[in-house]
Amino acid sequence: MPGLGGRFSTVVKAKISKLLDRAEDPQETLDYSYEKQLELLQNVKKGIADVVTSKKRLQLQSGKLEQQVVKLDTQARQALSAGREDLARAAMERKVLAQTELQSLDQQVKELEDQQQRLIENEQKLRTKIEAFRTKKEVIKAQYSAAEAQVQISEAATGVGEQMADVGLAMQRAVDKTEQMRARASAVEELEAAGTFEDITALGEGSDDIDRQLKELTSASAVDDELAKMRAELGTGEGEKPAGELGAGSAPAETTEERPQ
Amino acid sequence: MIVRIATEGQFEVDQAEYEAINDLDSQCVEAVEAGDEERFRQLFSQLIAMVREKGRKLGDDELVHSDVILPPEDTDLEEAKQEFTGEGAIPDSLIPGSG
Repeated sequence: MPGLGGRFSTVVKAKISKLLDRAEDPQETLDYSYEKQLELLQNVKKGIADVVTSKKRLQLQSGKLEQQVVKLDTQARQALSAGREDLARAAMERKVLAQTELQSLDQQVKELEDQQQRLIENEQKLRTKIEAFRTKKEVIKAQYSAAEAQVQISEAATGVGEQMADVGLAMQRAVDKTEQMRARASAVEELEAAGTFEDITALGEGSDDIDRQLKELTSASAVDDELAKMRAELGTGEGEKPAGELGAGSAPAETTEERPQ
Repeated sequence: MIVRIATEGQFEVDQAEYEAINDLDSQCVEAVEAGDEERFRQLFSQLIAMVREKGRKLGDDELVHSDVILPPEDTDLEEAKQEFTGEGAIPDSLIPGSG
């Protein structure tokens, strides 16, 4: 393996050390570091806001999918009670698909929450370190000779520099993760746009025979419901056979009418 | 000895633990070289756990440099591999002032 230079920690440390060695003049290090520290603190805030935005977007999608799952489930039940197993199956297939996506989205939301938490902690840590650095900077300027100051500053700057590198790393990882999620969210949106999770009756293009039949079924059962309601209000049965209550002793005839099939 | 777990924080670990940490660290590298994901995950978690357990977490206002820096806990095998060949878990470019 090319470039295999040694142990894990050595390689990681070497990278950071290399970067920290760049600043030579302690005074420059001091001011430059402090400036950079504040700059990075702003970036971390932006990074956190970014993660929150992505999370909200995923949560929104997740909510939509949840609704679709409920809707498809209801449709599957309707279809099944009407004896249309084919339609029930079609609805269930979509429901399962939507559920799978939902699980994956929820998992991602959780991951983003972890990232967010970690960034917030890191931001706090960096803020505290920067403040400690600022204090130390003033003390060093006031009390030490140039030679002593150099040593002190260099240690302090390294301490903060490491933290900066670390926050930078945490942020980079959060951004990477967020970008992956964005790609994922877009993919889900595309599926949505293609009607993959749509409830079966609301399908636009590609509306096939099954969809049409289910639509008919839904409206047919709605008509049934309305008729049943009407009959109840009128206190009659089917019209031609007003024996609903009177003929209670006879065969338990179903009051729901035959559906046109 | 100061050990940093990247993206987590610094720990002061007794010098006596150095050998154990060093050993696990080397084993991690071997697992990475062998491309053994499971073994890498296991060893690396052990390494992180050891530092957390044996170490004293440094305060946020302590400004000291680390003697050892470990990659982030959630480093996967792919990132670990790149650590030795390319940018890895700690890309050079992300550190402010490096450009």
